[in-house]
Amino acid sequence: MNETKISTPNDIILKAETLRSNLSSGFRDEIVKSLYSEAEVIAKRAVNTATDKKYDLDQKIDRLVTSPLTGLPIMLILLGLVIWLTVSGANVVSEAIATVLFWIGEQGKSLFNLMSLPWWITGFVWDGVYLGLAWVVSVMLPPMMIFFPAFTILEDLGYLPRVAFNLDWLYRKAGAHGKQSLTMAMGFGCNAAGVISTRIIDSPRERLIAILTNNFVPCNGRFPTLIMLGTVFVAAGFSGFSASLIASASVIGVVLIGVGFTLFMSWLLTKTVLKGEASAFTLELPPYRKPNIGRILYTSLIDRSLFVLWRAIQTAVPAGAVIWILANISFGDVSLARAIANWLNPFGFLLGLDGVILLAYIIAIPANEIVVPTMMMVYMGAGSMIAGPATSQAIHSLLVDGNGWTMLTAVNLMLFSLLHNPCGTTIATIYKETNSLKWATLSVVITLGSAFLVTFLTATIARLFGWV
Amino acid sequence: MNTAEKNAIKVQLPSEKCDTCPAYTQLEQMGIKIDQFDRVIALAGNPNTGKSTLFNTLTGLKQHTGNWPGKTVTRAEGGYQFNKVRYKLVDLPGTYSLLSASQDEEVARDFILFGQPDCTVVVTDATALERNLNLVMQVLEITDKVVVAVNLMDEARRKGLEVDTRSLARDLGVPAIPVTARTGEGVSTLLQTIAGVVDLSILTTPRRVQGTAEFQHAISELVPMIEDLVPGIPNARWVAIRLLDGDVKVQQALTSGELPELMMRQRRADVQFSGKMSISGRQ
Repeated sequence: MNETKISTPNDIILKAETLRSNLSSGFRDEIVKSLYSEAEVIAKRAVNTATDKKYDLDQKIDRLVTSPLTGLPIMLILLGLVIWLTVSGANVVSEAIATVLFWIGEQGKSLFNLMSLPWWITGFVWDGVYLGLAWVVSVMLPPMMIFFPAFTILEDLGYLPRVAFNLDWLYRKAGAHGKQSLTMAMGFGCNAAGVISTRIIDSPRERLIAILTNNFVPCNGRFPTLIMLGTVFVAAGFSGFSASLIASASVIGVVLIGVGFTLFMSWLLTKTVLKGEASAFTLELPPYRKPNIGRILYTSLIDRSLFVLWRAIQTAVPAGAVIWILANISFGDVSLARAIANWLNPFGFLLGLDGVILLAYIIAIPANEIVVPTMMMVYMGAGSMIAGPATSQAIHSLLVDGNGWTMLTAVNLMLFSLLHNPCGTTIATIYKETNSLKWATLSVVITLGSAFLVTFLTATIARLFGWV
Repeated sequence: MNTAEKNAIKVQLPSEKCDTCPAYTQLEQMGIKIDQFDRVIALAGNPNTGKSTLFNTLTGLKQHTGNWPGKTVTRAEGGYQFNKVRYKLVDLPGTYSLLSASQDEEVARDFILFGQPDCTVVVTDATALERNLNLVMQVLEITDKVVVAVNLMDEARRKGLEVDTRSLARDLGVPAIPVTARTGEGVSTLLQTIAGVVDLSILTTPRRVQGTAEFQHAISELVPMIEDLVPGIPNARWVAIRLLDGDVKVQQALTSGELPELMMRQRRADVQFSGKMSISGRQ
């Protein structure tokens, strides 16, 4: 080989191989070892330890919150507290906001009437676009304003890694990565964010499992639906404090079913398409830090709440328009919306739901947040009334007396919200992260399949036993 | 740049130590206005050492921070101006080492290796210095221009730890600056030091692992070959070590001619992406 000639990549690799044979076999380990021992020496020289009082306190707390005995109960209590705060606080604010927004809608409508604009302009603007917007804001904003700050405080304190620590053994049993519990916790905020956060998992197999099962934890778009159903139906027979407890318990129940499903599905994937062993990992438990209240308010209110709300509004406006159009194009005396709903009805019945709910889910594919508003608008029929029912009693009577809802409908709708396909954004994120149409499609098939199967089973069982 | 300068917010950092310190008045947070910059600074470090907090303090951005390792999984970019020099700051995902395979760690490693930052700031946790130094030593293997920021000094004090940054700097051969990113303590000194390392008024002599004579010989054989093949490669030594180690990925990058391309890609500004991310605060 000529020395002056520029060597090809293969020359270099071959050269490296020959040179390697001259080195002692563990040369790299030796270098790494000397690197580590030098780091140790340098650190010893630079750090002077006086006392470790604070360290003791951290360890004492950790012993409590990560103990096999008390760890899980503490976790459940914290989760319950966050959800109870959200449920009991959001209701009041929701009703207040709804009253104001619907009143504005009335005024706008009468203004348009005064100007004697054609009925379809008034209807399209106020009964369609504006109503969709008002619903989304009043249903979604209050729970977010309470849930996000509470969740961020736990995150800032350093509690999330402890959650991962507590749940690690469960995930390992399911053949998944322990860090999946962290990505799952992110999913509570937003499933798309949860999917991106799976990058912290090294093994591609375990990362795929984490991506495919992330959607089984309800994100903030779906929490309001769950909270509304829990409040309006499950806790309908109770009042005051006990009602909010019952409603929270039902939401927590659904959340736990969701966590159970991520575990079950992870296990199933490990046994079928993604075979393999769970890999070991080290998890650092960061020190507890005092949450920075100003930053928490900023992150959770401006960053998260407004971000999610803005996204919801962007989909609610066109959805409102679509619903209004569907409700106002009629064949004979049946509107298009009703016709589609009626056509979907038999299938909906099998799942313990109905056609309107399925239609609402189809319209809400871009963002799950708008399912409940969409449903309400189709049930009420556009043009009939602008001031929707603002109180939970009014919603209850609209759904039960007006549209034949039962406890089964409510429970199955909660289950369906929990399990059904990811929203458009999340599907797009899964596609981007996996770079594969196959896995993105599978994520929809798995979730939708579980949703259909579970609701079908509960409906059939409930009917067999004559509970409904 | 005029609009950017006009819009730039005068920073209001709590600085009980030096209210009159000129350094603060010389810092302008430039947020995501990084379409023009003079220097590139990389922020590296172990997970959960406060890289994103330092990033936010300097740029005025609201990159999501959180008290758990692995919060930052992509790289975020922002800008600041100090002493009339515009810096682009790249916040990298936290890594324990530069040898691992997970995607977030690869993002960090590729940027330090091939992005050719003008200075790499390794943010370390004063309360767990030994573990943090492992990464510092690995960064020193591949670049001279390093400043070690010893962060979380307040936490170290609470735990009764005293960190002698002068002894640290002497041992490592690069500047070590004590900071508390959350309160802004020490940030002005850090900025001045970064500026010094960038314009070569501070010269560094990074400590490197020597290894055996055979090892040194092997490196000295390979480095010129690699430099011939990929002119301008910033860290032929590191590539040589990886090849000796039989790293398949580096072999592939070499044969497929990806190495030069990797360098180019790392230097391209990711303005649009990071702009979107910092506005929405999501990752």
